Amino acid sequence: MRTLRRILTLVAKEFTMVLLDPKSRIVVIGPPIIQFFVFGYAATFDVTDVRYAVLDESRTPQSRALLARFEGSPDFVLVRTLSSDRELRNVIDSQQARLVLRLAPDFAERLGSGRPPALQAILDGRNSNVASVALGYVRSIVEEHGARLAVASPADPAEPAPVLIERSWFNENMESRWYVVSALGGVISMVVVMVLSSLSVARERESGTFDQLLVAPFRPWEILIGKAMPSLLFGFADAMLLSLAAILWFEVPFRGSPLALCAALVAFTLAVVGVGLFVSSLSTTMQQALLGSFVFIMPSVILGGFTTPIENMPSWLQYATFANPLRYVVRALRQVFLVGADTAAIRHELWPMLIIACLTLTAAAWMFRRRTS
Amino acid sequence: MAERGATWMRLRGFLRKEALQIRRDPSSLLLGIVMPVVLLFLFGFGVSLDPRDVPVVLVVEDSGPAARDLVARFELSRYFEPLPASSMREAEALVRRGSADGVVRIRDDFSSRLAREGRAPVQLVLNGVDANRARLIQGYVQGAVSRWLAVRRARGESAAMPPIDVEPRIWFNPTANSRHFLVPGLLTLIMTLIGTLLTALVIAREWERGTMEALLSTPLRPNEILLGKVIPYFVLGLTGMALSVLVGVTVFDVPLRGSLVLLVLLSALFLLAALGLGLLISATARVQFVAAMVSVIAGFLPAFFLSGLLFDLESTPVAIRAVSHLVPARYFVEISHTLFLAGNVGSVLLPASGVLALMAVVFLGAARRKLSRRLPVR
Repeated sequence: MRTLRRILTLVAKEFTMVLLDPKSRIVVIGPPIIQFFVFGYAATFDVTDVRYAVLDESRTPQSRALLARFEGSPDFVLVRTLSSDRELRNVIDSQQARLVLRLAPDFAERLGSGRPPALQAILDGRNSNVASVALGYVRSIVEEHGARLAVASPADPAEPAPVLIERSWFNENMESRWYVVSALGGVISMVVVMVLSSLSVARERESGTFDQLLVAPFRPWEILIGKAMPSLLFGFADAMLLSLAAILWFEVPFRGSPLALCAALVAFTLAVVGVGLFVSSLSTTMQQALLGSFVFIMPSVILGGFTTPIENMPSWLQYATFANPLRYVVRALRQVFLVGADTAAIRHELWPMLIIACLTLTAAAWMFRRRTS
Repeated sequence: MAERGATWMRLRGFLRKEALQIRRDPSSLLLGIVMPVVLLFLFGFGVSLDPRDVPVVLVVEDSGPAARDLVARFELSRYFEPLPASSMREAEALVRRGSADGVVRIRDDFSSRLAREGRAPVQLVLNGVDANRARLIQGYVQGAVSRWLAVRRARGESAAMPPIDVEPRIWFNPTANSRHFLVPGLLTLIMTLIGTLLTALVIAREWERGTMEALLSTPLRPNEILLGKVIPYFVLGLTGMALSVLVGVTVFDVPLRGSLVLLVLLSALFLLAALGLGLLISATARVQFVAAMVSVIAGFLPAFFLSGLLFDLESTPVAIRAVSHLVPARYFVEISHTLFLAGNVGSVLLPASGVLALMAVVFLGAARRKLSRRLPVR
């Protein structure tokens, strides 16, 4: 009973520390929500409105017909019509356009002749992803146009051609936004919660009040729980809010069970708070705690499967991601949102996070006691 | 004359103090020098947007030679790791489980339709959860099919001549290697980390500990205090930057087609802007906790999401693009992509540098103004 009262006292103190100072209050509550909306729109791998220029050296109805398809396409935006080769270099270099479509003078003559003419697609390779995707778009449009031409002139026997029929599961319109936004809550809450929890102890250490805590009749694990509570609560609330925003604002489908979502987020927040407290148990100053958190956050965010698939990484790196809570929550969130998983289906993502939480929290408690000397 | 000497004497003393502080708490050195290199190694090897060994299920219902040829193309390609399945149901289970990213299905009438009508569909079903990856895989499959056609043509077998061919030329990055795109961007992120995060606590710390009042009561001018705060971290940042560039160019073969001098100059400029932002946050917040949270929220996260280092800004709504103009990292990402991959393109480098210079001046100026305020009345 006394234990419970001690813990509650500590928790109340922690909340007061965070919420009393108006600056501190604002910083913890407001920004993650605003950021979600901004980053939710920013975090996209979709390639749209590709600015392109045209160099039509053929200037025939046939070449114009092909180019008209690009003008009509929602993926492309025509910015310049070039009249000579010399302008090409500058247009791409200065980023006036990311793509230049060029047709040789003999385009029309070579059509249907057995020596097919070529559409030269010159792309700015500085953003490799945009270049690849834009090239894919160009190929699709040219293929479509070619198919139309073949149909329109039955005199030329249509050569055997396989036709690629494509369908995409779980994400029919191939909206990369769903992929990103479903897991975005995890990323943002991880950054905020880790910094919050790691600073909470370091702050007391720097002002000397931590030693006072340790000599008070509190056990180290009670202090730990007290410290963990605000971060846990804020973290979980943040992550839930962001998930709700994903569903309600970004209209990401939610095909799984709400219970699974809660389970994933609780396990994740526990793991992140654990890491944060562990980092802070190793630090004596707030600067160390902040930088230590970032030493963990940077690799975790970039190598967590959020932006680039873990499958693309070399195996030694893939093993390293086992210690990264973000990896599990990202997978779990995507399974729950897009594939329709329930708690049982994501259990393989849940237990690693819980293990990380146990390990780090125990280590933190142990370090608390040791660091008094 | 005496004034100049006095300034220098004061500054030197102040710099010594800062250096001592850094030495006593070497975490700044860790972040400034060790971390960038470690991170660059990690990311250079770990991050890639180019799918490789994509597990694709091949459901082949036709045993004719044309079908077998097509299957062979998939097996030979290093982009694919084909998995066999005997039915679509089995294939779907594999995709659902996550063991495969897509299904290529060749129906049993493939060869006969090919010979008879000249058209035979090949069905491709993709796991669309990661739409970007799916699009890229789609491109690979299209490529595999075209190569199959080319092989047939070369053998003299009837094969579709596409009415119009597409000849791609990808400038600056002919193989569309995502590493060449990502590593310069990572450089920006690391620099932002050093510049903004490192200095964010520096001034707030002095306020919290009460040493700021002491500082302000010395003959040190606010300009000198600011200079003394900027210089050590500037040196640290440039060292980290130099190491990172070295690693990027030697280990990851990222080309540096622009001039090295320009790279150094412009990195210094960006570093000044980032440092300025950090110091401004620190001087305004005066509480380390708040400064830390703000630097993460206003420094690091925008640099990651809104700088174009990973997510293409042009494909985002206008409002987002407008906000991104406030993020210093955005300009340096542009600069580094161009300097590394394209060369010294003035029309890109000049405007971006101009904005960075402006930001450096504004941020540092505002930070300095915060320093010369009167002491706060509690």
